[in-house]
Amino acid sequence: MNAHGTAHKYGDHVDTDVIIPARYLNTQSHTELAAHCMEDIDKDFPKKNKPGDIMVAGLNFGCGSSREHAPIAIKAAGVSCVIAKNFARIFYRNAINIGMPILECPAASEGIGDGDEVSVDFDTGVITNVTKNETYQAEPFPPFIREMIAKGGLMASLRAKEARI
Amino acid sequence: MGMTMTQKILARHAGLDSVRPGQLIQARLDLVLGNDITTPVAINEFEAAGFDRVFDKSRIALVMDHFAPNKDIKAATQCKQCRTFARRFDIDHYYDVGSMGIEHALLPEQGLVAPGEAVIGADSHTCTYGALGAFSTGVGSTDMGAAMAAGETWFKVPSAIRVNLTGRLRPHVSGKDVILTLIGMIGVDGARYQSLEFTGPGVGELTIYDRLTIANMAIEAGAKNGIFPVDDVTRAYVQDRVDRPWEAVEADPDAEYERTVEIDLDQVDCTVAWPHLPENARSAREGKDIAIDQIVIGSCTNGQLPDMAAAAEILKSRRLASGVRGIVIPATQSVYRECMHRGYTDIFLDAGCIVSTPTCGPCLGGYMGILAAGERCVSTTNRNFVGRMGHVDSEVYLASPAVAAASGVAGHIAHPEEVLK
Repeated sequence: MNAHGTAHKYGDHVDTDVIIPARYLNTQSHTELAAHCMEDIDKDFPKKNKPGDIMVAGLNFGCGSSREHAPIAIKAAGVSCVIAKNFARIFYRNAINIGMPILECPAASEGIGDGDEVSVDFDTGVITNVTKNETYQAEPFPPFIREMIAKGGLMASLRAKEARI
Repeated sequence: MGMTMTQKILARHAGLDSVRPGQLIQARLDLVLGNDITTPVAINEFEAAGFDRVFDKSRIALVMDHFAPNKDIKAATQCKQCRTFARRFDIDHYYDVGSMGIEHALLPEQGLVAPGEAVIGADSHTCTYGALGAFSTGVGSTDMGAAMAAGETWFKVPSAIRVNLTGRLRPHVSGKDVILTLIGMIGVDGARYQSLEFTGPGVGELTIYDRLTIANMAIEAGAKNGIFPVDDVTRAYVQDRVDRPWEAVEADPDAEYERTVEIDLDQVDCTVAWPHLPENARSAREGKDIAIDQIVIGSCTNGQLPDMAAAAEILKSRRLASGVRGIVIPATQSVYRECMHRGYTDIFLDAGCIVSTPTCGPCLGGYMGILAAGERCVSTTNRNFVGRMGHVDSEVYLASPAVAAASGVAGHIAHPEEVLK
């Protein structure tokens, strides 16, 4: 499984209130959530983001509320991977549970600039900055997490497992 | 190697003699919580997975508090989805308008959490119950959906930071000032993935409500949970509320902590977190130049009766400064009723405030007090992120009820001493 796209760069402590403001939490519609993703810190994000693009941020990405709507909005917006120095713990767990690929990699977070072309190999954890001709090594997820993400999340992978039994 | 309180509670719920930091465990849950925003997503996952029963209808709590009383048609639809689910599975602890309160004030009040228990909730402030010596942490909706079916979930055992408390609080200083001071010291990711374990002689000087406020905001330092030892203060609070057996858990004397943070309560002053992170903590005395438009007194952090009392003490026989709007939200029906009996409601109304039925409303910019561009609010809530209470160009200053009330009277951020002198 791989990702390839243009990087959208953000800073430290990107919180769930700016990823998807609470005023939109009266809906569960993925397309509606995606339409408002990041609008409070980057109002052009829904316009400039193309399917497959990659979000890059600093420390503690996804801090704040437990709203699963945050990784859902990012995933529904078509983002193929979020790379950060590290993640807040509830967001980290939610992202894996809904099948949104995320990687912790301080070197990539430092090296990748806004608009860089980036590709990610989830099996090896190698992140390539095509624009700058650099590579960075992230710790890849273990196989069971990779499988969970590939299946579309925790519940989907549980269903797939039950179907096999 | 000895275990912390958190590690011991997790070990017991995993059926293990001991656990170590970093270990992945499967743990039994005493309670699974959701609200009107997170439960619908959990129900969708629960139903899509094909589950047709819950693990224990007496160990699930569903609280309609965020956008309830329903703020619009979409919110009404989400509450209806929760209500239908609760009826289908005959959920014992379903709280709707008329019985509901803000979840993290309501559950301890109703005796749904006891020392030594393990709780998850699809709300990040679920960490509040650490005040009672329980392990409790926030999760997302998928985890909640799976836990409603399975009654257990997986955890990574956290390492711990010890927060050693000494001394005693000065007048007008409360648990809110302690936790804002701590977050100011360690930062919004200072305890990321860790537990904050509060110890020391200063613990006994804190009321259960101070502890609830402190544990509530452990998440604002990135912590998995915050937890207090169980003492006579805890026992006095739970003895008339919890009617099932419970067992307090103590940290081992040789428990390992990654580091210790010392806080002398005598040195803590009334503290305000400036926008836009809870770690931007400064003395309330530095806010004279910050003119404000609104105060909010309430939320899962500061909506309890002593919070109302602290605000009433300041607002008694005083009025809000011209141009300041005051919104007071007792966190539960019983706090609301007691505010009336004790005359606090009259004090608030005479001061020019409104008094609302319980709701999370303004805290997360839902409704009931949204800010326009350029407006500033001193709020007893827990987050001051960009756009948290409304427009992206509005500002939220986090403070205690005493400071919020004093600021309302002064028209700018004020230490209670400035208003009371």
